[in-house]
Amino acid sequence: MYDVTYHRATSVDDAVARLSAASEGQLLAGGQTLLPTMKHRLAAPSDLIDLRGIADLVGVRVSGRSVTIGAMTTHAAVAGNAELAKVCPAIVKLAGGIGDPAVRHQGTIGGSIANNDPAADYPAGLMALGATIHTNRREIAADDFFTGLFSTALDEGEIVTAVSFDAPETCGYAKFPNPASRYAMTGVFVAKGGDGVVRVAVTGAGSDGVFRHEGLEQALSKDWSSAAVDGVSVSADGLMSDIHCDAAYRANLIKAMAKRALA
Amino acid sequence: MTEQGIGARVLRKEDKRFITGKGRYTDDIRNERQAYAAFVRSPHAHAKVTGIDSAEAEKMDGVIAVLNGKQLTGDGIGNLICGWAVNSKDGSPMNMGAWSALATDKVRYVGDAVVLVVAETQAAARAAAEAVVVDYEELPAVVHAVDALKDGAPQVHENAPGNLIFDWGIGEEAAVDKALSGAAHVTELEIVNNRLSPNPMEPRSAIATYDEAEDHYTLYTTSQNPHVARLVLSAFYQVAPEHKLRVIAPDVGGGFGSKIYIYPEEIACLWASMKTKRSVKWTSSRSEAFLTDAHGRDHVSTARIGFDENNRIVGLKVDTVANLGAYMSLFSSAVPTYLYATLLSGQYDIANIYCNVRTVYTNTAPVDAYRGAGRPEACFLVERIMETAARELGVDPSELRRANFIKAFPHQTPVIMTYDAGDFAANLDQALEAADYKGFPARREEAAKRGKLRGIGLASYIEACGIAPSAAVGSLGAGVGLWESAEVRVNPVGTIEVLTGSHSHGQGHETTFAQVVAERFGLPIENIQIVHGDTDKVQFGMGTYGSRSGPVGLSAIVKALDKVEAKVKKIAAHVLEVSEDDLVVENGEVKVAGTDRAMAWHEVGLAAYTAHNLPAGMEPGLKEGAFYDPENFTFPAGTYVCEVEVDPETGETKIIQFVASDDFGTIINPMIVEGQVHGGIAQGVGQAMLETVVYDEEGQLLSASYMDYTMPRADNVPSFVIHHHSTKSPSNPLGMKGCGEAGAIGTPPAVINAITDAIGNNDLQMPATPPRVWAALQAASTKIAAE
Amino acid sequence: MTEVSMTVNGKAARASVPDNTLLVDFLREHLRLTGTHVGCDTSQCGACVVHVNGRAVKSCTTLAASAEGAEVTTIEGLANGELHPMQAAFKENHGLQCGFCTPGMIMSATDMVARYQAAGKELTEEAIRHELEGNICRCTGYHNIVRAIQDGAAKMAAG
Repeated sequence: MYDVTYHRATSVDDAVARLSAASEGQLLAGGQTLLPTMKHRLAAPSDLIDLRGIADLVGVRVSGRSVTIGAMTTHAAVAGNAELAKVCPAIVKLAGGIGDPAVRHQGTIGGSIANNDPAADYPAGLMALGATIHTNRREIAADDFFTGLFSTALDEGEIVTAVSFDAPETCGYAKFPNPASRYAMTGVFVAKGGDGVVRVAVTGAGSDGVFRHEGLEQALSKDWSSAAVDGVSVSADGLMSDIHCDAAYRANLIKAMAKRALA
Repeated sequence: MTEQGIGARVLRKEDKRFITGKGRYTDDIRNERQAYAAFVRSPHAHAKVTGIDSAEAEKMDGVIAVLNGKQLTGDGIGNLICGWAVNSKDGSPMNMGAWSALATDKVRYVGDAVVLVVAETQAAARAAAEAVVVDYEELPAVVHAVDALKDGAPQVHENAPGNLIFDWGIGEEAAVDKALSGAAHVTELEIVNNRLSPNPMEPRSAIATYDEAEDHYTLYTTSQNPHVARLVLSAFYQVAPEHKLRVIAPDVGGGFGSKIYIYPEEIACLWASMKTKRSVKWTSSRSEAFLTDAHGRDHVSTARIGFDENNRIVGLKVDTVANLGAYMSLFSSAVPTYLYATLLSGQYDIANIYCNVRTVYTNTAPVDAYRGAGRPEACFLVERIMETAARELGVDPSELRRANFIKAFPHQTPVIMTYDAGDFAANLDQALEAADYKGFPARREEAAKRGKLRGIGLASYIEACGIAPSAAVGSLGAGVGLWESAEVRVNPVGTIEVLTGSHSHGQGHETTFAQVVAERFGLPIENIQIVHGDTDKVQFGMGTYGSRSGPVGLSAIVKALDKVEAKVKKIAAHVLEVSEDDLVVENGEVKVAGTDRAMAWHEVGLAAYTAHNLPAGMEPGLKEGAFYDPENFTFPAGTYVCEVEVDPETGETKIIQFVASDDFGTIINPMIVEGQVHGGIAQGVGQAMLETVVYDEEGQLLSASYMDYTMPRADNVPSFVIHHHSTKSPSNPLGMKGCGEAGAIGTPPAVINAITDAIGNNDLQMPATPPRVWAALQAASTKIAAE
Repeated sequence: MTEVSMTVNGKAARASVPDNTLLVDFLREHLRLTGTHVGCDTSQCGACVVHVNGRAVKSCTTLAASAEGAEVTTIEGLANGELHPMQAAFKENHGLQCGFCTPGMIMSATDMVARYQAAGKELTEEAIRHELEGNICRCTGYHNIVRAIQDGAAKMAAG
């Protein structure tokens, strides 16, 4: 790891100030992706601003069906939240399937979505849930937030503070883990709102990161069942091919995972 | 059997330090004024080195030295060598290309070491290594062995035209051709044995210290065989003379073959310690390990097996191309030849076998022995083609095997080996019974109702362990003898130190070896200390690999124990004034048989050292050494049964049950033996379903971390069912056969036979990942639709 | 450089270290607690697992500076007496061979047992295998590690 100057921010404003004062500043959330990247010398920030000490950013609030999760809430905390499990079990399951137990004790929802790894789980969840990403400056719809591989709508100096969503009537998530990294080789989040609107988001498969699958959304809007998924033709166009599998297999997984998510 | 003797499930003596964090691995050691090394490695698979500019690096804070290959060769440090000479069929010697510990003119794989930086801290060494500027002129690269043999392929070494290292054959080709042409049925198969990365969890590490006052070197290193390391470092690489070099392999965190070899890093660190007069430490990162630890396997073969009208095998013909990577590693030539083709008879009575092996240079990491080393490749080929043949012939795979088993011993195969003992049908029966083979059709039907495809597969493996005798391997080109040494020191108080040339890096020698001594003299194992891994303490040894520590290492100990016992009896006979023939050693006493007259064990020890009352002419002391050179290999064998379920939607395969029936001969500690089998099976499952090294066409390693190289995890494997049915090896005093590699040898074909059975498509290569299984299922259904 | 202070195995530990010092390096190089190992550089092998404020974390993916003020427990400090029940279970069930992954395995095992017991959930074989996703062993094939954790869990529940 290259030399770096460590800061422990005491508030969001403090973090913003330290970030703007640094030449190549970088926010440190759970560090479960950033630190390995720095160890490999693939990232060389001049300053790390640790958000861990900011209490305002931590916690899950459930009020009726309205859910707010602080950006620095760990995956373990989301996975273990009983109230959240009652209204939105799929997001609890999703969080409980990220990384491994030790990673879940440190990794955070804010860190995950700000990084927007194309194989991360949360982007699919938040997109399918129609979540809102709250920052220190504004609110961004999940559809607009995730803009491509490792890229988001966040501006310089903008910090994710929380995500919120209304728990849908029903939803589900299934992922097929990459056998080596255990990231999603393909993960599908399906959600049906009280208004009948269906949203289906796919992670791990798209060459441009998380995306919504219109064909599945249309089919499931008419018939919320795995039979409906069978009838959808999922194209391999725009899907990733790598040493683990090709686009055709990922196209197959989108259907298979959609069915598991419905089950 | 005593409570702590042979056959007892004794808990391990070594565990306490490991479970409390007190193990002492190489990287845990830090010397006074420790300096740290970092290597500048080639980012190209094939390139000329046209310039090295170290000026910037040398000026950096904390940098002690920046050293390159020209300086290294200038100091007379020799090239790395392959220690086993294999000739081509035409008698010409193998084409061994030059391998300098630091590349001088050319780099031949990504990771090839070019420059060594020594600095005050690891961070400073790494930073300076980044500042070294190496100019490369890139050359085209070749990564697959079959491609490397093609006309016009890039040349890896000038003295290996067409990248061919040797073109070797074993058996009578004409006889096999004749047998196959007259066969009632011939089965053909193309087989790829996937390249693997050994991945012991402890990365390699070396701490080299030059003592100027004594003109003496000490090397702590992660080695399976410290004496061989010392021999090679001194005799071939001229880093330090043997009597001025102490090599210590302290606690070593797994090896699996990859820590047999002497790598460039140890050589360079030793040399750098002399240059800098500092203790120089290098510890591999996992990323470096993926690039530079010797890989395993990587064969491409075609095989034809013929049967007569009674389904008896008449001949087997195999053509294999083996990828040895960019340089010939220490035992690389022996793995795809004498450790592979000599096992192609499997458990079967085959009159005619011929195998042709071409070994090839490519721009990839060197390939050498990895758990099983050649034998997994042979077993996979034989057991896949037997299963395939059974399917083609429409007979039960277990019955085709049984009909062709060798039943009488000793049995001479047409490929050198003389099998000394075994009862193959007994292992087969035991495994089938334990797996409820008969009940499988009902289980398959039940699974089908749940939408799952269930399959069952067998593998009846045989391997050769304890490679020996020395004269025989010498005649086949081995550069070393393959005996083992031991020394048994009985102290004046009766406690015992056993010095062994075997090295334990997870095998539990500190316990099993002590059990043999405990059994012999009736002493508690707490009174017995096993000493290993230090060339200053143990006179010599060949180390631990090839499942040799039991059959060879323990045999040397037994031989030394024989000598101790003989002397003990002489002393006791003298003191007790009886004939030696009347004495027995048991329960910690030397007793006059059938009486209560005895000397306690410690009294004999004391008598030997006080020397007040010894037989006339007897030397004082009680210490005996022995070298043991086996008269034959040992032949562990057995049958494995794997049962799987495949999800047709995704190709995901779950192992439902895995049953092993092994014949390891005498077992010292069943708990430890079972542990060895568990680990071997998991590595076999890894090869069959998960692991593979992937280079792109330019020779860049794509499977370069645990993000992309799939290590078996706890949820990839089931609990295993392990049974034994043993026949004793007649070739060593304890009747042992070796158990370290069986799991890795027998498992891959059992798994692939099961998956191909489940999906109804035999065309499936390892690793059978979900995408591959799914694709094979699609191909099978397309084929059915077309028919 | 940054001043870090934390409690390691019940003892105060304080040092001035470069800001980029990982917790594992602080433990191994500064405190010479070498039972915590480094087996990979992508946070997957789990040889480096320690407890920070009672939770298993990968010390190779944690900055020493961010553990400021924390209670850290390593394999050396796990036992409250001779051996922790989980350590004893690993020995009694032959849950280790080369021993390199073992400290991380034991630290992960005690963490998982504590979490399951706190949640009142049954730690089945399947659950143990799933929970071990972040710990790689190359020697044992996991068979006896699973047995050890089952046994260790029972021992921890008993006492």
